[in-house]
Amino acid sequence: MAHERDALITGIGIVSSLGSGSDAHWQALNTFSPVLDTTSFPPFAVHPLAPLELDTQIPKRGDQRQMEMWQRMGVFSAGLALDSAGVKGNTDLLSKMGMIVAAGGGERDYAVDSAILSGYPKAANPDAYLNEHLLGDLRPTLFLAQLSNLLAGNISVVHGVIGSSRTFMGEEASGADAVRIACARIAAGQVDIMLVGGSYNAQRPDVLLHYAMGGLNRHAPFDPIWARQASGGGMSLGSVGCFLVIESRAHAAARGAGAYGHIAAIKTDRCRRGPGEATKNATAQLATMAGHFDPAGAAVISGASGAPAPTAEEAAFLANIGVPVRAVATALGHSLEPSFPASLAIAALAVKKGALFPPLEAAEQPMTAPLKQALVTSWGHWRGESLALVTAA
Amino acid sequence: MDTDHLGRPIVVVTGMGVLTSLGQGQADNWKALTNGTSGIRRISRFPVDGLRTTIAGTVDFVSVPEPSAPALSQRLAELVIEEAVSEAAIGSAGNFPGPLFLALPPVEMEWTQRFALANASGANDTVTYDDLIRAAGKGGFEPFYRRFLFGSVGEALADRFGTKGSPVATSTACASGGTAIQLGVEAIRRGETDAALVVGTDCSVNAESLVRFSLLSALSTRNDPPSSASRPFSKDREGFVMAEGAGALVLESLASARARGATVLGIMEGCGEVADGFHRTRSSPDGKPIIACMRAALADAGLEPDAIGYINAHGTGTPENDKMEWVGVSAVFGERATSIPMSSNKSMIGHSLTAAGAVEAIFTVLSIRNGVLPPTINYDIPDPALPVDCVPNVARSATVRHAISNSFGFGGQNVCLVLGAAG
Repeated sequence: MAHERDALITGIGIVSSLGSGSDAHWQALNTFSPVLDTTSFPPFAVHPLAPLELDTQIPKRGDQRQMEMWQRMGVFSAGLALDSAGVKGNTDLLSKMGMIVAAGGGERDYAVDSAILSGYPKAANPDAYLNEHLLGDLRPTLFLAQLSNLLAGNISVVHGVIGSSRTFMGEEASGADAVRIACARIAAGQVDIMLVGGSYNAQRPDVLLHYAMGGLNRHAPFDPIWARQASGGGMSLGSVGCFLVIESRAHAAARGAGAYGHIAAIKTDRCRRGPGEATKNATAQLATMAGHFDPAGAAVISGASGAPAPTAEEAAFLANIGVPVRAVATALGHSLEPSFPASLAIAALAVKKGALFPPLEAAEQPMTAPLKQALVTSWGHWRGESLALVTAA
Repeated sequence: MDTDHLGRPIVVVTGMGVLTSLGQGQADNWKALTNGTSGIRRISRFPVDGLRTTIAGTVDFVSVPEPSAPALSQRLAELVIEEAVSEAAIGSAGNFPGPLFLALPPVEMEWTQRFALANASGANDTVTYDDLIRAAGKGGFEPFYRRFLFGSVGEALADRFGTKGSPVATSTACASGGTAIQLGVEAIRRGETDAALVVGTDCSVNAESLVRFSLLSALSTRNDPPSSASRPFSKDREGFVMAEGAGALVLESLASARARGATVLGIMEGCGEVADGFHRTRSSPDGKPIIACMRAALADAGLEPDAIGYINAHGTGTPENDKMEWVGVSAVFGERATSIPMSSNKSMIGHSLTAAGAVEAIFTVLSIRNGVLPPTINYDIPDPALPVDCVPNVARSATVRHAISNSFGFGGQNVCLVLGAAG
């Protein structure tokens, strides 16, 4: 039953190893072959960002210079989303548009870090050495490229989204909570239109280091998500920027905007990941959607990361639902904060097209029947379980 | 009436916990704050050789086994939550009946960990990230991975206090505490929950974080004596002083508080938020976003500017902030701007960054509740361009029904809260 406060996805902006924009992604998913960089960060592979014409979304070179890559990807994909929704440059509307960005932190200066790591043990006074080199060698503006909330800040500067600006942190769950709270604010009439998303630059030694410490990075062979579980699983990180414009049905109708899909339901939760706890959360989430979910004509867009335990548990949960599944991280790599928005974008594209793209690996079933709705899962590689249902707008 | 002028549930504060460089707990903080005591001191946590700024409002009386910004920030959060939940007498041990909204500094691995990895790598000439990754591959660094996940602090707090649902950790730079409060207020107004636990915490004074602000020329370098460095609204103000602290608030619908017989400490009457697209670190010169933010908060509260009796200023003591805050206040309050008391807690506790919005909201509630306005200390040389009544140097008694607490941050973040007296 359509309601005027329904949350519709009216704009999608996405960049990844598959290309720039939703058309490029739809094409690449339908003729999929993985794009992997296996040489830059051995022994790991990353899904590298496709080349972007930055000037098309970030026209001022000065703005580009003020950002590091994770911010450029984010600002670029936010611009694509605003274009896609037909609101780019609409100053009145953008001044009322709310924004929630899911973000980690920004790039470091790897040369400075390396020099300090090399010199510190040999210095006569190591602590003084550290202070001297931090003060002398760090670029003053690097801080602004590192601060989590400065992706949102740059979107305000470059695109003029200024109704509100909130940044959520916390890996996969932050992306899902960003969408959940955006939808809740829209449903309650606290806002009419929101920009929600995030970005993740996987081509960074510091993030690969982080997951190497956790023993979570996949080593060769770089099999797809489900297939790789037989040989220990693991995550292959991917560079992704994804933003969605989400607005109330009434607001979209008033400005004559079309929609990709309707976020009919979204739930997020957490647990300590004891045996079966994540499944219990997901089962409860799905139960709340019973009124909307119809397995006939449905598929699952899974955010499974590849991390062994949650991926295995999610696979079992999905097998019980019994509808075709696509693990997005096989194609995009795992992207932490924006992974849920990206899965949601792909789900909405598929629902809009009325067709699911072909299996990304042998473990996934083909689907020839028309696609009417899609469940979107996001189980964090460590914590957090999220589920959304996208139906036709 | 349990609903406000727009028919929404009225949101009240029923528990508060606070910790700053002045001490732990409401009582100690309030005493020091109203006595005009400074918590700014010489940094002892790490060597300050060669640094331009050698002072901060550090919290030196709390320790953790493996110190890092997220570990210390988590510990401060635990302490203030315990105080707030105890005062509210809500839920049961390890079972808080609502979600957690957490203002948290961005999480990043620190030099201690990098040096440990470099050491483990065995590289002895040039150390690169390849070496660190190789060392990580040997195993044994799982605790670093876990500690420096952005989700680690919120998850640990959710485990400990049994908050419900996915914990939301937010960063809007120096407005984060205000944003966390706003998220909690909105969730209660939507009817999603009867109660929310809101926390702002920041214990991130280390060499690199200090240098980062220093490189942006944001910090006071008036190191001697440390207590004189934070000088909001003074003509000779020259920067803020980094500080640590935490604040926790139990927010609750008035209906829920009434039903369980809880004491209402204050009312969260309104929230305003407007981003500024002018520049990454500077406010629009016309002050429009700050003005719009304060007006939005007043409109949300259903109040005219005349109703406001006190402003808890963002008041960082940077030349730019205090000027722009005055531009905003003078536009919103017109002729009254020079006579509304507007003091800066940061003159005493320094700028607790991510935590500031929560800590200062708590001090605002205490100001209303106790009928005493904390002073702005170090106000020696008035700035003729900022004719504020900053409650100079000495606390003042005042009856206040409604007050504003401002928070502004890098990235164009502006949040304004309107707080009201209980009953």
